[in-house]
Amino acid sequence: MKISVERGVLLKAVAQAQSVVERRNTIPILANVLIEAEGSDVTFRATDLDIEVVDKAPAQVERAGATTVSATTLHEIVRKLPDGALVSLTADSAAGRLTVEAGRSNFSLATLPKEDFPVMASSEYASNFSVPAPKLRRLFDKSKFAISTEETRYYLNGVYMHIADGDEGRALRCVATDGHRLARIDSELPEGAADMAGVIVPRKTVGELRKLLDDDEMQIAVSVSETKVRFATPDITLTSKVIDGTFPDYTRVIPAGNTRKMEVDASDFAKAVDRVATVSSERSRAVKLQLDEDRLILSVNAPDSGAAEEELAVAYADEKLEIGFNAKYLLEIASQVDRENAVFLFNSSGDPTLMREGNDLSAVYVVMPMRV
Amino acid sequence: MPSLCRECLTEFDTAPRCPSCGSPRVVAHPELFDLTIAHMDCDAFYASVEKHDNPSLEGKPVIIGGGRRGVVSTACYVARIRGVRSAMPMFQALKLCPDAVIIKPRMDAYVDASRAIRALMEELTPAIEPLSLDEAFMDLSGTTRLHGAPPAVMLARLIKRMRTELGLTGSIGLSHNKFLAKVASDLEKPHGFSVIGKGDTDAFLRDKPVRLIWGIGPAAQASLEKAGIRTFSDLLRWEQTDLVARFGSMGDRLWHLARGQDKRRVSRNAPMKSISNETTFGEDTNDPDILDGHLWRMAEKVSDRAKAKGLAGRVVTLKLKRRDHSSLTRRLSLRDPAQLADTVYRVARGLFDQVGDEGPYRLLGCGLSDLCSADQADASGDLLDPDAHKRGQAERAADAIRDRFGHDAIMKGRALR
Repeated sequence: MKISVERGVLLKAVAQAQSVVERRNTIPILANVLIEAEGSDVTFRATDLDIEVVDKAPAQVERAGATTVSATTLHEIVRKLPDGALVSLTADSAAGRLTVEAGRSNFSLATLPKEDFPVMASSEYASNFSVPAPKLRRLFDKSKFAISTEETRYYLNGVYMHIADGDEGRALRCVATDGHRLARIDSELPEGAADMAGVIVPRKTVGELRKLLDDDEMQIAVSVSETKVRFATPDITLTSKVIDGTFPDYTRVIPAGNTRKMEVDASDFAKAVDRVATVSSERSRAVKLQLDEDRLILSVNAPDSGAAEEELAVAYADEKLEIGFNAKYLLEIASQVDRENAVFLFNSSGDPTLMREGNDLSAVYVVMPMRV
Repeated sequence: MPSLCRECLTEFDTAPRCPSCGSPRVVAHPELFDLTIAHMDCDAFYASVEKHDNPSLEGKPVIIGGGRRGVVSTACYVARIRGVRSAMPMFQALKLCPDAVIIKPRMDAYVDASRAIRALMEELTPAIEPLSLDEAFMDLSGTTRLHGAPPAVMLARLIKRMRTELGLTGSIGLSHNKFLAKVASDLEKPHGFSVIGKGDTDAFLRDKPVRLIWGIGPAAQASLEKAGIRTFSDLLRWEQTDLVARFGSMGDRLWHLARGQDKRRVSRNAPMKSISNETTFGEDTNDPDILDGHLWRMAEKVSDRAKAKGLAGRVVTLKLKRRDHSSLTRRLSLRDPAQLADTVYRVARGLFDQVGDEGPYRLLGCGLSDLCSADQADASGDLLDPDAHKRGQAERAADAIRDRFGHDAIMKGRALR
């Protein structure tokens, strides 16, 4: 194999590949990226056995062929090369080396045979549809903060992507929860998605997917089977196994009868929560909300370190209420609001609270209160 | 050299026997009357209590332990001569000593005896740190004028009173810090009185193996051995920074201990670090129902103790021992500290379900650690488990019933499995 690629193009392709590779690896080949050159393209393929990324880039292919080389080393080298350099990759299979040349720099890297590289079995995708990148970005960006890290409830370690009845008819929906908070985000139903089986997209896949979605107006091709999900742009294909488990019935968790409504400027609210929480260094800091007519008092009382209080003007017309929350959770859901006021709907101090942005029902958050 | 007769408590200057009563039981050391930190360790405590309560056992080998299946918890010195050791499986102990009298532990009796000893210690100093029922640290600094006698004399008197009034013997280690006091008490068991002074600390430690240090078990020993550390003199060759870099906080402790330095104070209420309970089964089992019953009972015991102390824990641990005695532990950090048996059980049960080992097991235990005050316990609910709040209230109600009508007044069906 002998190819030449522009440094910028190469860096983008290799960066995506190396981020999939696990840092600590017991199987040497999994630390490598598979480079295949044919026609006028080169593809870079990396996997951790759960996720596979295939990245295609235009190249001058002098001699077709394939090899594998350490993904992190190749990435580091390309990153450090000067911008605009033309990089040539030459594989010498007899010597088991890959030569990387650019200008006066010359590197020789150890390779492993391409036959040893595990290629993810292809599968039949029952549903194929496409979603504009910004919509997909919103679905995952607004839900991922609620993904659980608790391994005993492994089925919560991802975002549940499925089709559901939304506020305005059938919708593509993403839900994540860790038992303390929940995010439910809807997007209009893409053509061809109506029969999609619900899948739990693992946390790492959500992170990798995010890197695909930078380009604003691109259409992302989504394919879903019972065991796998695939997201593809013309250049990059991300294939991932989904979490083999049943996502709990979240619908009964979302309170329907919460009537005590508070409306507040989300950014003012988040800043105030952040300020009062400063006095406590505990891991689960509780913020107390005291609601009275059009007035909210936020307070933190940490016997060992101090106390803080702040008053905010809000729209609230119901009877007095005192309720506590984990400061971090409140901050996280408040920061999801980007356009309008945050609307909180409370029931009692022991019941889950609902939060949404203005009257937009396509993004709903639930947070569990804390005893204070 | 300052000397003390352990029989008649006469103080004198160097002699092989007591000039007053002629006893050979003499302890002599240049710093004998200056040292103040002591460790008292009863000799074969459970067995001694049994022998005291039942004089017909005198002279017979006595083993305290549970059933044929269990392990030796204590062996009296007669049995120890035959090779029986603590923690030895019972069948092995019986092979070595077939005529041994096996007695099931009577914890209540041991707790009573321990209280009696504690009362005697309280007369010496308020600074007592019990490590278990049968051993404790004492700091007698500044008590000489109060008692009109130096600590060594008071300690010898304590041991003497334990023998005459309670029929129990114990060994004393006297030194200038806790580490060395504990090491010293183990030097001449049973009925010993050993002294390690400031002047002879270095010479004493030099060739001793590092496993002498409390808390250095086989695993830590192995990792030290990899670094070429077997004895205290090996440790002395290391720079403090290198030890810390390699062994973390343990390295810092080792550096100081190697020099015979231990700044820990004798504290009356050492903060509790963890609460755990475990049980060895009558026979190995992998029956999920039986294991579930054990798990619930252990969770309940742990929770009862946490409730009694007003504590809650952020980490739940599950421990299992397989037939071949290899053990398996799993732990989970919780977001909110837990105190309820229901929470401990559910978390431990989740860990158990993911063990992925067929068993059979011989032991099961569970524990709570990373403890904190109970007012932070179970503070936030679980969205996906809306009934948790009700179960918590039910548990509190059941606790109130037990407080009033006794521990067995109400229990879960699960506890009967």
